[in-house]
Amino acid sequence: MNSPGQDFIQHLINGISLGSIYALIALGYTMVYGILQLINFAHSDVYMVGAFAAYFAAKLLGLNNSPGIATLAILLIASMVACSVLGLAIERFAYRPLRKAPKLNILITAIGVSLLLQFSCQIFFGADPKVFPNVIEDGVLTEVFGVPLKMNDVSVLAVTLVAMLSLHFLIYHTKLGRAMRAVSQNRTVASLMGVNPDRIISFTFIVGSSLAGIGSVLVGMKYPKIDPLMGLMIGMKAFVAAVLGGIGNIMGAVLGGLLMGLSEQMVVGYLSSTYRDALAFGILIVILIFKPSGLLGKGGVEKV
Amino acid sequence: MSAKNLLEVQKITMQFGGLKAVDSLEFHIKEGELMGLIGPNGAGKTTVFNMLTGVYQPTSGQVVFAGMPLKGLKPFQISHLGMTRTFQNIRLFKELSVLENVLIAGAQHLTYGLGAAVMQNSLFLKEEKSLREQAMHLLKIFNLEGKAHAPSMALPYGEQRKLEIVRALATKPQLICLDEPAAGMNHQETHNLMDLIAKIRKEFNLTVLLIEHDMKLVMGICERIMVLDHGIKIEEGTPQVIQNSAKVIEAYLGVDDEDNTAEVH
Amino acid sequence: MLKALKNPFLALLAMLAFGAIVNVAFNSFIQLMLVIILINMILAMSLNLVNGYTGQFSLGHAGFMAVGAYASAYLSTQMPLLPQPFEIFSFLLYALVGGCLAAAAGFVVGLPSLRLKGDYLAIVTLGFGEIIRVVLQSTPAVGGARGMFGIPGPSEPKFIAGYIHASIWVIITFFVIWRVVKSTHGRAFLSVREDEIAAEAMGINTTKAKVRAFVLSSFFAGIAGSIFAHFTNYLNPSSFSFARSVDSVIMVVLGGMGSMSGAILAAIFITVMPEALRPLQELTGVDLRMVIYALSLILLMILRPKGLFGNKEITDYVRKKSS
Repeated sequence: MNSPGQDFIQHLINGISLGSIYALIALGYTMVYGILQLINFAHSDVYMVGAFAAYFAAKLLGLNNSPGIATLAILLIASMVACSVLGLAIERFAYRPLRKAPKLNILITAIGVSLLLQFSCQIFFGADPKVFPNVIEDGVLTEVFGVPLKMNDVSVLAVTLVAMLSLHFLIYHTKLGRAMRAVSQNRTVASLMGVNPDRIISFTFIVGSSLAGIGSVLVGMKYPKIDPLMGLMIGMKAFVAAVLGGIGNIMGAVLGGLLMGLSEQMVVGYLSSTYRDALAFGILIVILIFKPSGLLGKGGVEKV
Repeated sequence: MSAKNLLEVQKITMQFGGLKAVDSLEFHIKEGELMGLIGPNGAGKTTVFNMLTGVYQPTSGQVVFAGMPLKGLKPFQISHLGMTRTFQNIRLFKELSVLENVLIAGAQHLTYGLGAAVMQNSLFLKEEKSLREQAMHLLKIFNLEGKAHAPSMALPYGEQRKLEIVRALATKPQLICLDEPAAGMNHQETHNLMDLIAKIRKEFNLTVLLIEHDMKLVMGICERIMVLDHGIKIEEGTPQVIQNSAKVIEAYLGVDDEDNTAEVH
Repeated sequence: MLKALKNPFLALLAMLAFGAIVNVAFNSFIQLMLVIILINMILAMSLNLVNGYTGQFSLGHAGFMAVGAYASAYLSTQMPLLPQPFEIFSFLLYALVGGCLAAAAGFVVGLPSLRLKGDYLAIVTLGFGEIIRVVLQSTPAVGGARGMFGIPGPSEPKFIAGYIHASIWVIITFFVIWRVVKSTHGRAFLSVREDEIAAEAMGINTTKAKVRAFVLSSFFAGIAGSIFAHFTNYLNPSSFSFARSVDSVIMVVLGGMGSMSGAILAAIFITVMPEALRPLQELTGVDLRMVIYALSLILLMILRPKGLFGNKEITDYVRKKSS
């Protein structure tokens, strides 16, 4: 039997690990929203396709049962590439033709793309869950206050940390990142300054989708069952995380993701897992009532 | 002149981040007056309108309309009190007909509820009928009655500007704020419009606050003019005073009068 | 007053006559489809009020339908039916109660979220739909995840009784929404869709208009749920999933946002299409329905963004041709 303190630490580890995955996916929502003011409903399905890409890559390369860092790296790359291509295609063929259309139309298109991915994947891959390959040998790395720290959780954290630091570098220390920030501030002015907004928007989709790809491999490691509807719930939660942090705000997405993961684990640990999924929406409704701009978001003034 | 002040603006300031779009602006308008608000692009004229009509809440200071402080009121409440506006960057209900645009603005004077609408009772029929008649009357004044059923976005530009005014009038305002009503009109159209403004002012007993970019035009019809530059009132007085003010000339100097790039709006 | 009831009454008579023909001329499968079509018509017309006329975007219509369905079903298990020939009044009453509860839910969900701009409503309503499902799944009093069995329904002849009940509500829904939209209250909805800032400046309380449209829409979604509950005699939380909300959205978008006749025709089309696709499905062994839905939704938005009818009514086209 664990002591209450050990229980708490266990929940804390689980929460941070889950939360960092939410954060990775939330980043995709928040980046696209920041640049297009669009809730990209298809993002969660891009994530799902990422998981399948990793699954098939492992199958093709015979990596199904050879866990290790190399496998992890290969699957991450496969998933990121697949997600980037898909995200790019969605942007190019579904969203770009509607750049000047009313927001409602783009939102409906986003839902259409999401449904299309879900159901065509059901047709191609079948609706039953597939078992995700064994990526990392899930041994106990060390113990923290008597609580085992598992290899999986450590890898999740390490990968997330690397991904986020790279993203931070990309956005704040490269020319491309500056252009992204410029476009999200004011697309027209940015284009007057010689930035091609379409290119930057495409690039944003690539970055956001790759992060979702990373997330999908990490989820596959933790919960090794994947199916075409796997994006639905996690996508909703990641979106709520983005709104919680302040949608459009990069740091907000990370903070929101972690809070989301932690509170979910605490609810599961101390109340009941029945409320696991309702919690996200409860949080959402509370934020929308009390602080619709999110924890780190700024309320915008509408132009007249 | 013993008329009361209809509008009193007390030291309003509007701050966007580090930028003071309007700084401690003070003025008043008497009942029945036609006042002009001019200034170079970016002077903050539209921001003043947005504060008066409740689109923005002033960062500090307050607006008193007909003896009523407007602090915290929403735009529709201010409209109900009798102050309305037009928009510089035309904001008609594009997909709706010309008539519908006007009917919507008249809605605040109807009393029937949802039940009456569903049962189409006598109150509903009576109010709808008189609303339509009033709307058509207004359209007629502006020579738009023939296009009542056309979608408003199908109107030529000049008529869209006129429809903006008709729509504002349908709210039965005491004070109407016109935001560059003649923008984009040619000389003849502008001239017509000014006559119309004078006419409706008399017919509806209106007080008017007029933003105009074109100095000559404002000089012709306004009784009193206020000049704004960089959010600060630099001069106020009769057209003669304004014409001879060194400060005004300086503010406009080097500013291309024809330059029509949008100001902060 | 009586004059105002003339058209609805005539329309109801016409529908009943049609029902009488279907009753003798078609098999029970077609009859079942017909009632489902009527339920979907109510869903489409009511959602059109929010998504079409008011320009807001709700993705939780199934949630409000569920509230109406379960409330009505639960009520019917708690109080006895009136004896024939008054039985129909019991069902009208259950539906009314279900509709009112759905409307109340609409108010609670709508008031906070409609103050916000744009996409938030979509998210909140989606979330609401899911919460309702989770709550129903864990409420033993209504059967939980197993579903609720033995809900009283119209007695034999089942089709005719169910059809009359549904027809009455279709007529009520149509005329209420139509007349509201054509009144000053409905024009307020339209002004919100067109330009919220201009609407406010013209004295329209836009928040009130949005909440009204939303509450009215939820009310009729609840009604549709109630008809569904008593006609199928069985409810399961999974019947009110996100997919059903999407179904309603597709009906509105396909028909044209802001077109009543569009919504009605789309409701027929969307209900019949899966059946028409059934041979294809049997041939390929996969459910292509949703893929086709999704594709047509995307293509529609890109190629004909205003839906088939735009905000026009079918009568507008007829009139133009004849004049």
